[in-house]
Amino acid sequence: MAGGFFAESGADLELKDIHKRFPGFTAIEDLSLTIPAGSFFALLGPSGCGKTTTLRLVAGLEEPTSGQVLIGGKDVTSTKPFQRPVNTVFQSYALFPHMTVLENVAFGLKRRKITDPIGKAHEALRLVELDHLATRKPQQLSGGQQQRVALARAVVNRPALLLLDEPLGALDLKLRRQMQLELKTIQNEVGLTFVHVTHDQEEAMTMADTVAVMNKGRIEQLGSPEDLYELPKTAFVANFLGQSNLFTGEVASSTSTSISVEVGGRKVVVPKARAQVHEGTVTIGVRPEKLTLLAAEPTAESGTNIIGPGRVVDVSFSGVSTQYVVEVPGVGAVVVFAQNMSFGPVVQLGAQAWATWTVDHGFGLSDHPEALTTDADA
Amino acid sequence: MAITAFSGSAVAVEAAPRRRSRIALVLLLPGILYLVLFFVVPLVSLIITSLESQTAPGSGVYQYGFNVQNYSDSIVQYLPQILRSFLYAILATVFALLFSYPLAYFIGVKARRWPLLQSFMLILVIAPFFISFLLRTLAWKTILADEGPVVGTLKALSLLGPQGHITGEPIAVVFGLTYNFIPFMCLPLYTTLERLDVRYLEASTDLYASGWSTFRRVTIPLSLPGIVSGTLLTFIPAAGDYVNASQEFLGGSSSAMIGNVIQSNFLVQSNYPAAAALSIVLMAIILIIVSVYVRRSGTDDLL
Amino acid sequence: MSTQEALALGLATTAKPTPAPRRRIGLGTWLLPTYSVMALVFLLIPIVYTIVFSFNISGKSNIAWNGFTFANWTNVCDQQDVCAAFGASLLIGSISTVSATILGTMIAIALVRYRFRFRAITSLLIFLPMATPEVVIGAGLAAQFLSAGVPKGIGTIILAHTMFCLSFVVVTVKARVASLDPALEEAGRDLYGSPRQVFLRITFPLLLPGILAAALLSFSLSFDDFIITYFNAGTVQTFPTYIYISATRGIPAQANVIASAVFFIAIAIVVISQVAAQSRRKRLGKTP
Repeated sequence: MAGGFFAESGADLELKDIHKRFPGFTAIEDLSLTIPAGSFFALLGPSGCGKTTTLRLVAGLEEPTSGQVLIGGKDVTSTKPFQRPVNTVFQSYALFPHMTVLENVAFGLKRRKITDPIGKAHEALRLVELDHLATRKPQQLSGGQQQRVALARAVVNRPALLLLDEPLGALDLKLRRQMQLELKTIQNEVGLTFVHVTHDQEEAMTMADTVAVMNKGRIEQLGSPEDLYELPKTAFVANFLGQSNLFTGEVASSTSTSISVEVGGRKVVVPKARAQVHEGTVTIGVRPEKLTLLAAEPTAESGTNIIGPGRVVDVSFSGVSTQYVVEVPGVGAVVVFAQNMSFGPVVQLGAQAWATWTVDHGFGLSDHPEALTTDADA
Repeated sequence: MAITAFSGSAVAVEAAPRRRSRIALVLLLPGILYLVLFFVVPLVSLIITSLESQTAPGSGVYQYGFNVQNYSDSIVQYLPQILRSFLYAILATVFALLFSYPLAYFIGVKARRWPLLQSFMLILVIAPFFISFLLRTLAWKTILADEGPVVGTLKALSLLGPQGHITGEPIAVVFGLTYNFIPFMCLPLYTTLERLDVRYLEASTDLYASGWSTFRRVTIPLSLPGIVSGTLLTFIPAAGDYVNASQEFLGGSSSAMIGNVIQSNFLVQSNYPAAAALSIVLMAIILIIVSVYVRRSGTDDLL
Repeated sequence: MSTQEALALGLATTAKPTPAPRRRIGLGTWLLPTYSVMALVFLLIPIVYTIVFSFNISGKSNIAWNGFTFANWTNVCDQQDVCAAFGASLLIGSISTVSATILGTMIAIALVRYRFRFRAITSLLIFLPMATPEVVIGAGLAAQFLSAGVPKGIGTIILAHTMFCLSFVVVTVKARVASLDPALEEAGRDLYGSPRQVFLRITFPLLLPGILAAALLSFSLSFDDFIITYFNAGTVQTFPTYIYISATRGIPAQANVIASAVFFIAIAIVVISQVAAQSRRKRLGKTP
């Protein structure tokens, strides 16, 4: 049995060379990962990328085909879920419909024969501000309330590791934002290690200290939200986390600090420190909000890249900013977000335009966008 | 033999799901064994029995011999009863469908806004299940008897000749089969119609379909699963029934069905091979009809 | 008698309200309701007849109406055969129900929750008894008992009834297991419940309504079965075989009394469970 442990603080989670194969497909391919104690870690990826499977491996609900799971340095790979100091907030909450809210929260404590389960359950319900609904059945609560009960039911056990499987997925946008803040506050209060699985990049970035972007069973990139956004290393990350303009071309020349890539007849410069590959065909990118749109051709100067001229084919106003799509011959569509600092569009639909950006904002990827490689194949 | 085959190969499953299959095996084995022992083995012994022959003519003692002649003999001898069974069963199924569809439609679609009325009507539909069907059939026998109210009324209206009967005639047997299996038809129809989204009907009328073509092109196709399972649940037991057709109930000498023949061969004449052969024939015909029907209507997933 | 009794009981407890149609569609506003009422009356005629004749002053046969009496209800067991047959039916129904419910629930859980080889053939094995005419099942079992030298009696009837109830239990419970969110059991394991505790405290309580419905169905199938029973009964009489055999010489009013009483009890169970489900729904307000 789990014994009556109560985690004083969060524990490290270490995954070593995990593989998970299901009949017919591989869910996780060679995953190694260390999550430090007390951190708020997010696993971000599209559905089917293996993030939920990873979570279930940690919880003990699935067994890895090979590899090890270590919690607080202890190998728990072959232990059962009820023997692990881990609790999960399930995607659908999985509140027991035949028990009251209080019975739900006290369930884990009672199984472990912890003293005063009812008192501790009330305490946990107070933490999520739902103690007044303790005698209700889960079906009588709203979605947000159910979510908080599920959280209380997990947190009350003081697990070394709390796993959250898209716990906010079923809530509407406003409630979601509110719950994100609450979750973050609770994590600060209890000091546990949170592992949060989500497909919502904004949610991952607002809440987590560290984000791992998963795709097709492997981790594409891991780092702080800022790093991931400012310096994506793969085309998948560049497009999944926010939007990117990606250009593929040959490296024409390079200096000790930068490379110069041929894009649509112009040279685009990227610092070597921000590029994964320094020769041959490379894909480079820049975020749309880093671009400035100009109606007249700018003069070339060092430290700035220029793309154009192109034709403005779409202008859409979205409040804070306006999105322009510029079709540049030989390059394709370039997206520009411009802050609405003045009334009316900077450039009219159909007009000729150039886009510029500071060299330091560009980044070079280690791979190429999928669409491009398939185009090339065709 | 079937048992060892099952357990032997189930253990040979690959490494990972092995542990789980063992639990599955523990859960499955008792029930499956039971079904094998009391469903599969009886069918096998029925087949074996159907191939037996008498040790000496008229001895009444049978022994195994590959006597396929039992089949040809009994089919030839009882062809009228076999054909009659399927004719009656088809008629009863069609009548039960025609009777039940409007009723199920009313309960499932129209009565939705009055949940209490809906529950009440549903209980009335299943009420016949809760009273012995033999007694219900006997009740009809009395009601339809020569001195009963129905025959009297029909005679008074000259719809029935002065010598006319209902009981003992094929019409009474078909009537009894229809009546007894209406709830089996009605319930699956109700379950699919109850889930029918009225917005489809509204979309259909919006797209210029008349009431009739909406019914024919939207309602009926959407309730097809109910129609298929309802007709099967009526047809299969009706084809094998022998209570309605027996002479103590609604039948007469010229309305015996295959069930009556099997029953009397087995329980009265102790001609086991003939009864067994007829049973196998009945089951084979039903399985063929059912599989063709299910495949053609495209609703393989009945369970 | 068949699958739909399963459905019937399942429905009685789980009928979900669907959004009411916003407007009427065709077919005349009064034609369909009138027809439906008449159809239901038609269905009820023999039931009413059976109940009414349980109050008839009757001799050996109970065909002509001789006047009203409660005597049949107060002296049910004056007709010893009827009472004995009824007792046999109760006994057979109870034992077959318990065994079929246990075996069937186990299969249903395995079918929904586990992947294994022979899944298709297992499903077929469950489905076939429901698609086989009762005469064939009855004759088959009788042939088997005959060749194995097993004497017919209560035992063979129970064996037969357990067999044909089993498939209906599997179908009924399977639906319930399938609607049970596996995450609930996972949550139980995650919250330190051992496999046994998870089963006893989560899986079983949540499956219970389905299991009860299956048991009720089994009992009514067993209680009303005639064809299979008749082939395997030997000299034992159940309530249906008693009626069949007595049909020629006349059925005593006491048989009507028992049938009517069973009918009222069954209807009461259905109505109560229906009302309970309705009030539970109301108490919960908006359902998830």
